[in-house]
Amino acid sequence: MSDGHDHSHLSDTELRVRALESLLTDKGLVDPAALDAIVDRYENKVGPRNGAKVVARAWVDPEFKKFLLEDGTAAIGSLGYLGSQGADMVVLENTDKVHNVTVCTLCSCYPWPVLGLPPAWYKSFPYRARLVKEPREVLQEFGLELDDDVEVRVWDSTAELRYLVLPARPAGTDNMSEEELADIVTRNSMIGTETVASPAGGA
Amino acid sequence: MDGIHDMGGMDGFGPIPIERDEPVFHAPWEGRVYAMNTAVGVWGKWNIDAGRYGIEMLDPALYLQSSYYERWLYRNENLLVEHGMITSEELSNGKASGGNRETPPNAEEIFEKQRKSRSFRVDEDIAPKFKPGDAITVRNIHPKTHTRIPRYVRSKRGVIDRDHGVFIFPDTHAQFQGTKPQHVYSVMFTAQELWGPDAPSQDKLYLDLWDDYMDPA
Repeated sequence: MSDGHDHSHLSDTELRVRALESLLTDKGLVDPAALDAIVDRYENKVGPRNGAKVVARAWVDPEFKKFLLEDGTAAIGSLGYLGSQGADMVVLENTDKVHNVTVCTLCSCYPWPVLGLPPAWYKSFPYRARLVKEPREVLQEFGLELDDDVEVRVWDSTAELRYLVLPARPAGTDNMSEEELADIVTRNSMIGTETVASPAGGA
Repeated sequence: MDGIHDMGGMDGFGPIPIERDEPVFHAPWEGRVYAMNTAVGVWGKWNIDAGRYGIEMLDPALYLQSSYYERWLYRNENLLVEHGMITSEELSNGKASGGNRETPPNAEEIFEKQRKSRSFRVDEDIAPKFKPGDAITVRNIHPKTHTRIPRYVRSKRGVIDRDHGVFIFPDTHAQFQGTKPQHVYSVMFTAQELWGPDAPSQDKLYLDLWDDYMDPA
């Protein structure tokens, strides 16, 4: 790497990563420009806005919602959001009686094409260890208090199915367009650690 | 393997480290590790299950001390050497030791491969061992190598929720011993079956299990 900066402050890990990239480049195993493009793709192009568009479509189009819940792969595919780590999709509907939330206890499985790369907390030891055993306590840490009459369903992604939560459409959004609705859908609501709040001034 | 990675149900890790508006990568090197992982994977020397097994085989103390992308880095170094893409000498001194220079895949080739990633579903007509509504018991097995049965469900009783179709079997795939295709199901367990009578009676846990992980209850 020759970006002209003083590297004396680099950590051992940074030096080790640079050494590996340099070696793989010298051997012709990776193309640094391709690495730049991959980083750019996940920093700037693929992310939870894709999933938010799926959710907003389901909120405004009952036929699409039915399709999405019956065949998540085909419905998400119809919007163009399938691919690596999201080729076989299952969509889980949250209601006022059932709250779904997803985790991968064994590693970090997550639906990349619709949500991008997972946040650090999703990959963290506390989330992986605790969600399956004490989901209500974990959700409280995200600010979500669930009543006793709500059934919590935790989905541990142990296979190649990838899960997307369809959050409930909040009150006070009847007059919003599909694009406006997509803007209020949060990443965490599609993992299941939050609900979607009514927009300011609404409801 | 009964490894440190199998964390479901463990105590002692503290609160969830929630960070508002976090970046995709917390430092440029994390992005480079992620991208190198994708780019070297395109060579097809190993598969996703072997890659997961590579992380599981890290020393448990190292696993716990390392950050997420550090674990990916260590795993990739190990796999690159194990599969002959680089030598351990090259890795330790950082210099390519002659030989033919390969032509690396460009970005478009990598993205095309990702787009075409048609999962690990297998288009074979294999009979399912179970159907939705069937009561099952998860086998009490402890493979020494890669498996996708978390410890917390072994010997537990659940109910088949839905059949997802036929998929590659990770236990053999990770060892390059064939795909052994079989059905995968979402299986429902009550929270009380897994965690005892103090767990909320209304709560459930679902996970995906292969035919070979279960017996009829």
